Amino acid sequence: MSVTFHIPTALRAFTDGKREVTAEGSTVGEALSNFAASYPDIRPHLYEDGGELRSFINVFLGDTNVKNLDGLSTPLRGGEVITLVPAIAGGAS
Amino acid sequence: MSPITDDRLEDLSNDEISRYSRHLLLPEVGIDGQRRLKAARVLIVGTGGLGSPIALYLAAAGVGTIGVADFDFVEASNLQRQIIHGTRDIDRPKTASARDRIKGINPGANVVVHNTRLDRENALDIFKDYDVVTDGTDNYQTRYLINDACVMLGIPNVYGSIYQFEGQASVFNAKGGPCYRCLYPAPPPPGLVPSCAEGGVLGVLPGIIGTIQACETIKIIIGGAGILAGRLLLFDAWEMKFRELRIDRDPNCPICGQNPTIHELVDYERFCGISLDSGEKPIDTITASELKMRMDRGDPLQIIDIREPHEQAIARFPGAKYIPLGQMARRAEEFDPRIDAVFLCKIGQRSIFAIRALRGTGYEGRLLNLKDGVNAWATEVDKSLPRY
Ligand SMILES: [Zn+2]
Repeated sequence: MSVTFHIPTALRAFTDGKREVTAEGSTVGEALSNFAASYPDIRPHLYEDGGELRSFINVFLGDTNVKNLDGLSTPLRGGEVITLVPAIAGGAS
Repeated sequence: MSPITDDRLEDLSNDEISRYSRHLLLPEVGIDGQRRLKAARVLIVGTGGLGSPIALYLAAAGVGTIGVADFDFVEASNLQRQIIHGTRDIDRPKTASARDRIKGINPGANVVVHNTRLDRENALDIFKDYDVVTDGTDNYQTRYLINDACVMLGIPNVYGSIYQFEGQASVFNAKGGPCYRCLYPAPPPPGLVPSCAEGGVLGVLPGIIGTIQACETIKIIIGGAGILAGRLLLFDAWEMKFRELRIDRDPNCPICGQNPTIHELVDYERFCGISLDSGEKPIDTITASELKMRMDRGDPLQIIDIREPHEQAIARFPGAKYIPLGQMARRAEEFDPRIDAVFLCKIGQRSIFAIRALRGTGYEGRLLNLKDGVNAWATEVDKSLPRY
């Protein structure tokens, strides 16, 4: 099952500047982990040391936060778009 | 439902009726909405890129009391996007030039200046006098502080945030919708996402996001229906695309959930890792002058410029090898652990992440961070280089 990850600017430095990256996986978690395996520099930005997803990144499958589905166990059919939405802080300076 | 109760409403003068006639002609605003705007008290935290358009539009719209909170001074590099300040305001407190511009647009506005850094000690005391707070800050600790104070006081938090070409906007803590912590329970470790100062920002982007914040603030005050609560608006200025994602209140949210664990404002410096002593090995630094000395002496050094090529073109560093931050881990084998490696970027923040990334691969050689980055080199060593 191949899905497309939409990479926000804040993380693009770790995907060679790519806006979109495809990865295989039968669940959101599996696809994310395969994606991180292809771009090892992004790993610390996605996962805590213990392997949980970092709390400043939200993962949306289509328009739905996977928190409202089955989290990283949410199954994939293939062809979905997964959007990573990190906290960004800029605004004043 | 407007948060401005009827007992606070005053009549509009004939001058005000003329000034706001284009609002009064909208049935959704009308005399009633304009009177609520006149009675409203809005706090704008940060009078920078986002705060500028928020303040200008709220002043023009007739918001009666506008609080501006900032402790910064106007710098030349602000003027590319912070349109409330002008060239002759350079070196003035941002709150002073913001106040002058607001008064210039609308002498009827009551401007309250909070020339202070918000912290856990003063935030509730400042916030409690306002109906709406707009978040136009540039750092995580203030964003979490604003969120928590707004949740505790039951004030809507009109949120906007920007990064390079991308923006986010939402209204937190309103209409039963989520708060910022429902979405992001905790901030990234320090500097994992570089600041605007390091990352750059398209000048017009905060204009668009800040104007959305001003719009939502006005709608909250007049009791408009389609408020951006429970929705996160994503904007990409480069692709010119808007996207909207549904966000829900999290029953496990540490502050607005069913069993909150946060009951008072916390130490946000520590929470955001800024003063956190994580037990991690400290990062060794080298000053620009020390580096110059070692270079002149002919010490063997691996000098690594982690900036992207477009940034190196602004101010090149002599003799550095280019390895972008995003490739550090996978190019670890290019380093020689017997030779000191010096990492540099614009201001010496991203280079710390490069050092951490390389350490994370198990690299054992000595790693040094060029303190204050290429800008320090331009100040201390090579004055012909521009600071940026
Ligand atoms: Zn919450």
